[in-house]
Amino acid sequence: MSSTKVIHALYNDDDILMDAVKQTRKAHYHIEEVFTPFPVHGLDKAMGLAPTRLAICAFIFGCIGISFATWMMWNIMINPTGGWPQDIGGKPSFSYLQNMPAFVPVMFEMTVFHAAHLMVITFYLRSRLWPFKEAENPDVRTTDDHFLMEVSVNNNEDELVSFFQKTGAVEVKVVEKH
Amino acid sequence: MYTFSSKLKTFSFILMLLGVLGIGYGFFSAPKTIQDVETILAADSHGHHDAKHDAHATEKHDAKAEAEHQEHLEHVLHQLQNKPWAAVYVAGLFFMLISLGALAFYAIQQVAQAGWSPVLFRVMQGITAYLLPGSIIVFIILLLSGFHVNHLFVWMKDGVTEVGHENYDKLIAGKSGYLNFPFWIIRAAIFIAGWNLYRYLSRKNCLAQDEANDNTFYKKNFKMSAAFLVFFIVSESIMSWDWIMSVDPHWFSTLFGWYVFASFFVSGITVISMVTLYLKSKGYLEHVNTSHIHDLSKFMFGISIFWTYLWFSQFMLIWYSNIPEEVTYFITRIEDYNITFFGAVAMNFIFPFLVLINTDFKRITWIIVMAGTVILAGHYIDFFNMIMPATVGDQWFIGVTEIAAILFFLGLFILVVFTALTKAPLVPKRNPLIEESKHFHY
Repeated sequence: MSSTKVIHALYNDDDILMDAVKQTRKAHYHIEEVFTPFPVHGLDKAMGLAPTRLAICAFIFGCIGISFATWMMWNIMINPTGGWPQDIGGKPSFSYLQNMPAFVPVMFEMTVFHAAHLMVITFYLRSRLWPFKEAENPDVRTTDDHFLMEVSVNNNEDELVSFFQKTGAVEVKVVEKH
Repeated sequence: MYTFSSKLKTFSFILMLLGVLGIGYGFFSAPKTIQDVETILAADSHGHHDAKHDAHATEKHDAKAEAEHQEHLEHVLHQLQNKPWAAVYVAGLFFMLISLGALAFYAIQQVAQAGWSPVLFRVMQGITAYLLPGSIIVFIILLLSGFHVNHLFVWMKDGVTEVGHENYDKLIAGKSGYLNFPFWIIRAAIFIAGWNLYRYLSRKNCLAQDEANDNTFYKKNFKMSAAFLVFFIVSESIMSWDWIMSVDPHWFSTLFGWYVFASFFVSGITVISMVTLYLKSKGYLEHVNTSHIHDLSKFMFGISIFWTYLWFSQFMLIWYSNIPEEVTYFITRIEDYNITFFGAVAMNFIFPFLVLINTDFKRITWIIVMAGTVILAGHYIDFFNMIMPATVGDQWFIGVTEIAAILFFLGLFILVVFTALTKAPLVPKRNPLIEESKHFHY
């Protein structure tokens, strides 16, 4: 028997939810998850979540993109042993630098392309989102107009229920989670 | 109320004094005659050029070579005589355009009804106070050019439009319907009057709004700012052709107005940011928080990239098609100004891009001051690149005169701006958006 119980406290206002999150943190109860129908400004800070590193990923992906574009065009347009450094309309194909202005549009677009797409894919991977993924709503109302806070129970069920009833929750449920 | 610290005032006077001395030295040491130029050139090129010269003289000692040599010396004489003028012109124009850039930013904030910036309006008004003295100085330099005191604008030379004259230039003559001194100086006067009028009335209304019981003055300022922005974008574009592009009257570029705008707009925003940080560090701006600073840094970052976009678009379009009549502009710059031409890109794009891309860095004072200093120096060099190749050519140098001119205008700028800041409280009282601005948080 290794089933754990969690509390589901439901709110119908984001301000009340924010207050409840702050109180819960103050009382040192462990918040498992908060489900909201829309982004609540400042919720991550109130919950004490670590800031995202997606922007750092995007910067690195951009660097990969510009390197790839440079490598590709050097090999195609310039490389005297592997590419075809032909004279096309008098453009100087003797070195990469000499013909660089013509490559900048491609380098720019490849940087943006890699930064954007790889970051989105990283986001999907990290937040475990894919087309046939089973939805994880604990309560269907959380996608419409209710906010739900999930808190783990450790032999303090009654204490938690009465605590959450005082935080302005419209509904407090104890749920078995497998 | 802000009080001008006596230290800063003394500092600005010292800058101006050093500047005047250096500019005076520049004019004093400029060559007066062709003989002076010959000594300078001989001293410059030591042995190897002399030997070549002698050989040249003995082999082809005919009248034609001698005439060519004289012509070359006269050309260099004009370039060297232009040097102190161009140094003063570049620095004067740069500082005037900084305050014009700040004025444009201010007008945009008014029209956009930005909720974050009203706590910075008085700082911006302080910076735009330099517009009046700055534009008067630039106007005087333009007038002096028109009266042939200097040779900054080749299209003003005597006889360029007269068929048969030795200075006759068919291309310039064809443009003389636009490039003639009376029309040109009248345009300049109208633009300067228009910008200063907006700056004066907008400041007056902003102060009147503090004492009013309703929002009439705020609404007036809103409408006036919208009208100013329309006037500004037209006048700015023409100003850039008149005062900057016309030093190269054989060359033209359609996006030049935007390019010049981006250059001084980002400088203006940078100066707003740096003055704000200074006043904040002295404890005068209690409502300014790191979110305001962050927003200004984002503008510095974004407009730096916008400048680069226009710089590259102008360069790449001309490089790519390589039409002789357009491309000489960049050939002279790449050959004679390689370090400043590409250095400007490094300072105005690569450095701010890598430094200001980080969100945390956008709030750290020393990083913003460092990035701002590089951006301002980079945009000075940008204006240097626009003016110098046509006026002094390969005789350029960032020496005593150029630095002295910067110091003089910097001193004047500090003096005027910080004096203006003492004239009114640093936070507008009754601006409809001031409460939102005080609690701005990003």
